[in-house]
Amino acid sequence: MRVLYFAWVREAVGVDEEQVAPPAEVVTVADLVAWLSGRSEGHARAFADRSRLRAAVDQAFVPLDASVEGATEVAIFPPVTGG
Amino acid sequence: MIRVRVSPEPIDMATELAGVEAAGAGGVASFTGIVRADDGVELLELEHYPGATEAALTRLTEEAIARWGLLAASVVHRVGSMLPGERIVLVATAAPHRTAALDACAFLIDRLKTDAPFWKRETRAGGRRWVDARDADDAAARRWD
Repeated sequence: MRVLYFAWVREAVGVDEEQVAPPAEVVTVADLVAWLSGRSEGHARAFADRSRLRAAVDQAFVPLDASVEGATEVAIFPPVTGG
Repeated sequence: MIRVRVSPEPIDMATELAGVEAAGAGGVASFTGIVRADDGVELLELEHYPGATEAALTRLTEEAIARWGLLAASVVHRVGSMLPGERIVLVATAAPHRTAALDACAFLIDRLKTDAPFWKRETRAGGRRWVDARDADDAAARRWD
């Protein structure tokens, strides 16, 4: 699974993307975020406040309780601020 | 005619509007977003999600065309670094009559702000910071539900 980060999430994590192989108990985006938090202090800092996180699975916006099973690309980022 | 573009290049109003006017509609509406120069911002940076951003803008534009019977629609968004006074975004819509063109244009800019993955970072004298999302933008987007 390819995980992408944007904006301050990217800066806190320290990379813009990474390949990961989460264990079977990672079912939702929230599970993935919790699991990723263990990878480094930067990940933990980026994901400390879930209310500030948004996500996309295979490039479609989803809530954090959405499934990541079978996903090839998951993106984690702050609320969007374009326009 | 649908045109969606995400690019670091400056937005040329005349070219973009001419493209929409060429559809032969009775009315063309447009909205231009500009980097505000009045609150100490020295530089604005726009980050996006390549591929997903363009796809989100295309979906929104197709929805506007279907909902308001547009003859043409153009959404052009800049990314990268820009200065106060420069254009960030241009939305232009063409329809047989003004109400459809104006409403579709408002729909597109309101929904772009909540549905398309872009992130702004401002540089002021004191440093750089990521811009927080605004509740008012969510409310503006929801009025089109």
